[in-house]
Amino acid sequence: MGSRESDWEGVRLHVVTGKGGTGKTTVAAALALALSGQGRRTLLVEIEDRQGIAQLFDVPPLPYEERKVAGGPGGGDVFALAVDAEAALLEYLDMFYKLGRAGRGLRRIGAIDFATTIAPGMRDVLLTGKIYEAVRRKRAGRPVYDAVVLDAPPSGRITRFLGVNQEVAGLAKVGPIRGQADSIMGLLTSPQTAVHLVTLLEEMPVQETCDAIGELTAAGLPVGGVVINAVRAPLLKQADLTAAAKGRLDPAVVRDGLAAAGVAFREGVVAALIDEAREHAVRVALEKSGRRTLKALNRPTYELPLLAEGVDLGGLYALAERLNQQGAA
Amino acid sequence: MKTPMTTPRVAGTALDLDKVLGNPATRIIVCCGSGGVGKTTTAAALAVRAAEAGRSVVVLTIDPARRLAQSMGLSSLDNTPRSVSGVDGSAGGELHAMMLDMKRTFDEVVLAHATPERAAAILENPFYQSLSSSFSGTQEYMAMEKLGQLRAEDRWDLIVVDTPPSRSALDFLDAPQRLGSFLDGRFIRLLMGSARSGGRAYLKVLGAGLGAVTGLLTKILGAQVLKDVQTFVAALDTMFGGFRERADTTYRLLQAPGTAFVVVATPERDALREASYFVERLGEEGMPLAGLVLNRVHSGGAKSLSVERALAGAETLDESGGYPLAAGLLRLHAERARIHAREQQLRRRFTAAHPRVPVVDIPALAGDVHDLAGLREIGSALAGAAVQA
Repeated sequence: MGSRESDWEGVRLHVVTGKGGTGKTTVAAALALALSGQGRRTLLVEIEDRQGIAQLFDVPPLPYEERKVAGGPGGGDVFALAVDAEAALLEYLDMFYKLGRAGRGLRRIGAIDFATTIAPGMRDVLLTGKIYEAVRRKRAGRPVYDAVVLDAPPSGRITRFLGVNQEVAGLAKVGPIRGQADSIMGLLTSPQTAVHLVTLLEEMPVQETCDAIGELTAAGLPVGGVVINAVRAPLLKQADLTAAAKGRLDPAVVRDGLAAAGVAFREGVVAALIDEAREHAVRVALEKSGRRTLKALNRPTYELPLLAEGVDLGGLYALAERLNQQGAA
Repeated sequence: MKTPMTTPRVAGTALDLDKVLGNPATRIIVCCGSGGVGKTTTAAALAVRAAEAGRSVVVLTIDPARRLAQSMGLSSLDNTPRSVSGVDGSAGGELHAMMLDMKRTFDEVVLAHATPERAAAILENPFYQSLSSSFSGTQEYMAMEKLGQLRAEDRWDLIVVDTPPSRSALDFLDAPQRLGSFLDGRFIRLLMGSARSGGRAYLKVLGAGLGAVTGLLTKILGAQVLKDVQTFVAALDTMFGGFRERADTTYRLLQAPGTAFVVVATPERDALREASYFVERLGEEGMPLAGLVLNRVHSGGAKSLSVERALAGAETLDESGGYPLAAGLLRLHAERARIHAREQQLRRRFTAAHPRVPVVDIPALAGDVHDLAGLREIGSALAGAAVQA
């Protein structure tokens, strides 16, 4: 594995975001696999109660506990964790304040509910706090995880999510919360963090990628690479695409080709294939303009192929290899 | 499952949205589904179609990406409904569109329900400012608030709502109840009590152990934050009752027969799983479901040509080195037919699990929709006009 150097040496926290429906979770999982080569240990974290990781790796739903979900391609390990805000809060309180009865008291009067669902941004504070803890955790003087990959909220909310501790710092001028918020912000704005954006070659996802990069940059958050997901292989030559778009493909040539291919076909098939080619050409043209827009962003860009049959575990390994080959990990 | 033992309808009954739109009894349509499935476009297309069929429509979008604005050719949408030009009003209908500004909606609620001094105190409170602009759940509360307001205004005979891009589409349903249970909770009374009397009176009422809790809160939050929270809660105290009441009213409105939920999904595993969950949840809550809009469905193209035959043909041509165009077309077809087969399998899985939920397919388009013509096209597909290849 590792056909070339990683573009992200020194990055310990990979945040994977993107517009809804672009395949964030899939890319995060593939990146976690790609990062766990050569005996390395990666933690893949999800925070939105979807159990997307369990589905992808075909394992039972994840509890609030780090579990090994796959072996890395080069002998490493991928662990996964579904963070639950309430459990994270109780864990945090227990760790720092040695809560006994008072913890139960907090839950009884609804303070835990308040903190995890109602209080402004508190949920996001807890989630980022847990991620910070996982990145910083050490055993015998070395980090427990070589890298942490976060399947993050969608790009429309990512800047607010990562910046939530800034907000907290604004509310709490002093005290332990302030200290915690400052440490988390310190990690998130450092070169140890990279926020990667997943997109498709479609207008809205490309637009949202550009918007998100602008917002992240303005907030001082480190923008990582752009991952173009579900890319289709070019199947027609440029000249044929141009002709197809203009409806100028020659039915006679197609018919002869089918005959030479030994494909028995009914009459409508030639016209249907030409029509498919026209739709394809329109899409390819749009993809091209999307690629141009993304290129202008000047970020390291990686491409992952469309898996026509959907993503299974084998597909994830294939995507991980592509990421390795392109230097994403 | 809970399906009664009556004769089930044919799996995947067709969803007739024109019937829903054309029924004057339909007053609210809620589009829901996971992120990126096309909720906003679906809501806009339904609104345009209803308006051009003669109804007076307002469409409310909650999406911060301003996608509706783009797709309706509007440069900006603010917190008040704006007339959409270019809609054909010859049938007597009209269309207004608005985008939810959650902070402004929250401010308006405060201004409308508190005395001027108290309102000023609330608006200035740092805790309020953060809550009203950055809390991820505020959008859901304010969406419900705005829907309630629009309905109460009674200026339009149809309201089409696009739901917030929640981490879970269900937050939209849970918001009022969550708010209610919070407002009834002891925690808030403790906070308010502490603000008024230093907390002692309430501590007595609520029992032992709470002294430790307040001490702990001070320790965790710091005295200053706790004081801000308390001031905020106390200031909001007077308007909370009305707030919850309206949330409850809106919740009941959603259960009323004049409401139609439209679940939107793409033929992808995750989106359909979310849609299934939503369909079940709506059933549990007694919310009226119109059906499922399956968006971006790929047709199979040349039907009679199987994936296997197409690929075998392409290989034959590769070996002979001739007819590269035909080889490319065969591969293109194989890929498309494979996607089609996968999507159809996912669709069947959904309709088998939910045989009573009507479905309408919207074909995948090459480009995005950003004008009224595009919305009309989607609208006629929503009405079942799309001819499946």
